[in-house]
Amino acid sequence: MPQKSNDTPLVTVRDLKIGAVTDAKRKVEIINGVDFDIAPGEILALIGESGSGKTTIALSLMGHTRPGCSINGGQIRIGDNEVTAMTTRQRAAMRGTEVSYVPQSAAAAFNPSQRIMEQVIEISTIHGLMSKAKAREKAVELFRALALPDPDTIGNRYPHQVSGGQLQRLSAAMALIGDPRLVIFDEPTTALDVTTQIEVLRAFKSAMADGGCAGVYVSHDLAVVAQIADRIVVLRGGEVQEVGTCEQILNDPQHPYTRELIAAFEPAGRTPQPVSAADQKKPILEVLDLHAGYGTMRDGVPSAKILENVNFRLEHGRNLGVIGESGSGKSTLARAIAGILPPYRGTVLLEGHELKPDLASRSKEDLRRVQIVFQLADTALNPGHSIANIIGRPLTFYHGLRGKALEARVIELLDMVHLPANMRHRLPSELSGGQKQRVNLARALAAEPELILCDEITSALDTVVATAILELLKELQSELGLSYMFISHDLSTVEAICDDVLVMHKGVVVEALPASQMSEHATHPYSRLLISSIPKLDTGWLSSLEQDPELVAQFSDR
Amino acid sequence: MTVSASSTTAEETDAPEGPKFVFNWVGRIGLSVIVFWAIVAIFGPALAPHPPGEIVDWDYFGPVTSEFWMGTDYLGRDIFSRIIMGARYTVGIALAAVTLACTIGVLLGMVAAVAGGWFDMILSRFLDAYNGIPSLLFGLVVVAAVGSSIPVLVLTLTAIYMPGSYRFARALAVNINTMDFVTVARARGEATPYLILREIFPNILGPVLADLGLRFVFIVLVLSGLSFLGLGVQPPNADWGALVRENIEGLSLGAPAVLFPSVAIASLTISVNMFIDNLPTRIRDRSE
Repeated sequence: MPQKSNDTPLVTVRDLKIGAVTDAKRKVEIINGVDFDIAPGEILALIGESGSGKTTIALSLMGHTRPGCSINGGQIRIGDNEVTAMTTRQRAAMRGTEVSYVPQSAAAAFNPSQRIMEQVIEISTIHGLMSKAKAREKAVELFRALALPDPDTIGNRYPHQVSGGQLQRLSAAMALIGDPRLVIFDEPTTALDVTTQIEVLRAFKSAMADGGCAGVYVSHDLAVVAQIADRIVVLRGGEVQEVGTCEQILNDPQHPYTRELIAAFEPAGRTPQPVSAADQKKPILEVLDLHAGYGTMRDGVPSAKILENVNFRLEHGRNLGVIGESGSGKSTLARAIAGILPPYRGTVLLEGHELKPDLASRSKEDLRRVQIVFQLADTALNPGHSIANIIGRPLTFYHGLRGKALEARVIELLDMVHLPANMRHRLPSELSGGQKQRVNLARALAAEPELILCDEITSALDTVVATAILELLKELQSELGLSYMFISHDLSTVEAICDDVLVMHKGVVVEALPASQMSEHATHPYSRLLISSIPKLDTGWLSSLEQDPELVAQFSDR
Repeated sequence: MTVSASSTTAEETDAPEGPKFVFNWVGRIGLSVIVFWAIVAIFGPALAPHPPGEIVDWDYFGPVTSEFWMGTDYLGRDIFSRIIMGARYTVGIALAAVTLACTIGVLLGMVAAVAGGWFDMILSRFLDAYNGIPSLLFGLVVVAAVGSSIPVLVLTLTAIYMPGSYRFARALAVNINTMDFVTVARARGEATPYLILREIFPNILGPVLADLGLRFVFIVLVLSGLSFLGLGVQPPNADWGALVRENIEGLSLGAPAVLFPSVAIASLTISVNMFIDNLPTRIRDRSE
């Protein structure tokens, strides 16, 4: 095929309209007249919060819509193919060879019972592009280009035998095997740890630079996009808000929404609460020599040890951040303190008063004073209970409120978390993610606790919504004199709300220091690695980032 | 859909939503058939034109006439009266047995899921072993030992179907038990009764009801099997299953005697399932 000149775009999308029919048979517009072009070899980022239609647009480039949705108008052209005018069969023939797709969850995209190689070369088999032997050779080449370990033999493994980051790169190999002219990346690094994310991003970047094919990168994370994209399309509610080059969007955003997104990326910092010497009260929480784990107990030690020798203290009115990657034991720490997973050794002191290890032997008063808020509000709220029931239960349980007094207090609590009073009649499924998380918080507040354990409460939310939740937490703290233990994998949220930070790795606290000194004064190599791995809003960050490969290898299980 | 419409109006009005149980027409038909049979069962003796055991016709397997609306059986008894009286046994025994079996099974299943540990282990293994006994054999032994009466039949059928219900409910409850909202309730210090009734039960209700409908049908069938062996409802009374069995030879003579009891069984079992499958989404499917 002759190479097109650079001024003819590879992809043109004109006035794209996608609609859906809801369960209530109501028609809704998801995409409202979107236009953009992609030049050959260019990487275009679609950015926006959940519900902005970014994935819907990306999927429509393959001529695909999710069940219930349909392309109602407009035009999509890729090369010489008019995607919108094609039959289903023609679209199927185009997928894999012209356009291919890298999904968000590689773990869900691979068949667990087939070897990786068979799945990677599947596209070439389906389209009859080349012989199997040749396809395997090409796959190994791609594995090498994507910096996978043991490129010659990794294809013989099963999906569960490689790590999450490796699997994501393998799914990129799967997308690239048919030499497509356009690759769609649908939030491919969102589910990965920061240190893994860097590797994957680097691999994608180099593979895309070699291949010369164009890309669409869907993400909600501006900092990640800044590393890989040439141009950015900012979406909201199915409409384009702003289009511009990476530099322009980051440094000189024109649209107010873009400014809001960038502002939300770096939430306002917190003025550290001084530890007042005059205040002779005992610390709100003190943890001494805490050990916890799962599995069958043998000689008082469980078979899978998770936490080992954790010590810290949290003063009144201060906030403690706990950061670490997945598997570092930070959620287990919250569960051990809350008594959900009884620690097998060590002491938890609440204002100098010892908390019993398991729930059953703690008094109601002890349970009331420490509340835990979970990451996923979807699973933390009973889908069968109304919001009034959910918030009202701790009020009845701890404070014996009933009838009018109960209702008044529920409304008061909803008001505290900035939700309208009539929301109490709804079910959780009728609320948005941010609203659910507020209800989740209101339930914890209903107990009138002194300490709230927040387990990744903003991780599942969009940046703008998460920032609003952080603001709410700060506001509640100043009103109610709470203390938070804030668990997160995201350093910037921890910096925004915490006074002190614990860095955890494999169940051990590797470093503890004030949040304000986190970036400059962290001394432990793992803390340094973690801090340096967090993407910055700077297009040159990834290329200029230098990490000691030995250090990376030492602290990762990859 | 009426359910989603009622939830959107809640935004505007401040009034608490009452339990609005709106059925679609398939569900309503199912419910009305069930209610119809329940009424028939209650007022049976007043409705039946002849005593069920009385031989009223000189001919056997008689046709449909103005006197015998559904024909006569192999002894010349009025089928219409026998079906009306049989409703008492079929609807009554099956309903009582299925309610008992599912209530006990679901409660034990939820407790086992929440309590876990040795309680769960012992109960599950015990009921598994118990499940291994063939149901008719079990019925035979019980009836031989204590004789046949309606309470014995209800309890026997309950005992036969309870372990399956337990297994089913436990499997569902174990999944719900690991959800964060149950963990939150447990961390709040809630006791087991609250956990199983308020947190877990609403979320397994849909599948449990579907299972109840299926089990009801099985119980009707096993009851007729027991009657056939002479262990069920004692003559001259008969449940519907027994009516089908005793008149089966009439089929070759073109008698309506076998047809109407079959229609009665079909109408009841189908409408129970129609009713349960069309319960409002709000009850049936909470997990959206």
